[in-house]
Amino acid sequence: MGAPGEFNLAALARYGNDFLAEVEERVEEGEWVKMCMQCGVCAGSCPFGPDWEHSPQKIFMMIRAGKRDEVLASDSMWMCTSCYNCVVRCPRKLPITQIMHGLAAYAHRLGLAPKMQPTRRWSLLFWDNCTKTGRVNELKLTLGLYFMDGIVAGFKQAWTLRNIGLGMLLAKRLNPFELIRGHECKDKAGIHRMLKKAAEIEARKRGFAKP
Amino acid sequence: MAKKEYAFYPGCSSQLRGSASNYLTSVNTMCETLDVKMTPIPDWNCCGASISYAGAGELSRHVMNARNFALSETHLPGQDVVATCAACWLGAKETKQKLDASSQLMAETNEALKEAGLQYQGRTEVRHMVEVLIEDIGYEGMAQPVVKPLEGVKIAGYVGCQTNRPFGIAGESFENPLYLDKLVETLGAEPLTKYEQKVTCCGGALAFSEPEKSQKQIKDIVESAYDHGADVIVTPCPLCQANVEIYQSEINRRHGTKLDMPVVYYSQLMAVAYGATPKAAGLDGHIIKPKKLQEIAVKVVPVDLDQRTRRPRGENH
Repeated sequence: MGAPGEFNLAALARYGNDFLAEVEERVEEGEWVKMCMQCGVCAGSCPFGPDWEHSPQKIFMMIRAGKRDEVLASDSMWMCTSCYNCVVRCPRKLPITQIMHGLAAYAHRLGLAPKMQPTRRWSLLFWDNCTKTGRVNELKLTLGLYFMDGIVAGFKQAWTLRNIGLGMLLAKRLNPFELIRGHECKDKAGIHRMLKKAAEIEARKRGFAKP
Repeated sequence: MAKKEYAFYPGCSSQLRGSASNYLTSVNTMCETLDVKMTPIPDWNCCGASISYAGAGELSRHVMNARNFALSETHLPGQDVVATCAACWLGAKETKQKLDASSQLMAETNEALKEAGLQYQGRTEVRHMVEVLIEDIGYEGMAQPVVKPLEGVKIAGYVGCQTNRPFGIAGESFENPLYLDKLVETLGAEPLTKYEQKVTCCGGALAFSEPEKSQKQIKDIVESAYDHGADVIVTPCPLCQANVEIYQSEINRRHGTKLDMPVVYYSQLMAVAYGATPKAAGLDGHIIKPKKLQEIAVKVVPVDLDQRTRRPRGENH
């Protein structure tokens, strides 16, 4: 990816104040945003509803009102648990979960997403983990999360949750040797090549800076 | 019953010593009894789950799933892809739907797949193990091999999110799906049909990044099971299982509660009812021991039953 700031300015220049047009063109499922009829069922159906600064309903209206910075810098979309409750209840059948993921991913791409947002960091850690060998390495994923804020914080977290770790170990659902060698796909190289190509195609299609 | 064959997409968490490895153990046991042959897709890869969106973007996610489709088309032609994990199923099904609907996305996906020497023809069908059980085996078929009815066990059927939404099981409602209760009944146990946290979200992947918010959800899910007198919670989802079982000790630590509710998979219930040992049913893979199921699993039933009288052979002589 090119320098995020640079690309952000380029994106702004192209769309001026028309944030809705920008979302439609560049955000996954963004073309659905204009269909929202502001009923609020999504807001009332969300398990983390009270924790969102702006509910999906508000986010949709803010997009249409051109509140670009407020939307993209918001940590609201990062509260989505992918439960799909809003999707099945939406009277207009908007793919709200996917739009929230799309907005979050777009904000991250532009470098506008809140840096320390825990779910943003977790999401990146997960994708990096599972694409490295083609399969998730659960031990490295968990340790990566614990130690995200440094060594001291990591050991503290591991100590707090030691009984869970020990329990999982005894239940044979955690493998300490995954630190050395975990499960992996045979054709790792092929997976890496195809993902590189996919990122290139997506950048070309949506007008993103080259990956 | 004729042998049924499927291309198996077991998913990362089910691998040996993974967080849902006992799910796989019990699925294998269950399938053996039902004469269902599950052949893993050779060199299958992670679906990316729901949480990887920030790093993945759109096409990369579809390409990951399409790689599995292409491999199954090549090595296991004509077989439906069957996932046991809710997120694998959802991710794969979403990709399938998107690629079916857009020839452009299909072309882009194949352009990327070519880099791995693969091509997806678009013939794959994606299904969840629960669909196979309900649609291909049927409740009657599931009842037939029961040798140890789970009598007296009260079970809260926790369906969760991703096996239920946005796709769900055909003929079931999103708000109150009944299949898990029916399955519990089929095995001779008592379904707690009034359990109101059936489709509540456990926090999913955010159990890791937003632990307190997720544990609030989990607390509701477990406490409601207690309110209804449950001995055990049953679920079809590996992340639901892990979250709801594992974090009970954390909730106890934070809130002074005494939650100790076992959480098992539907396949474990079936394995036990089909006469499997505790190990073959994956009952040794729990932090909170499912005691009632263990008791049934170790109980010796007369194997050599006279089919007509259901009495041990020789009793009438």
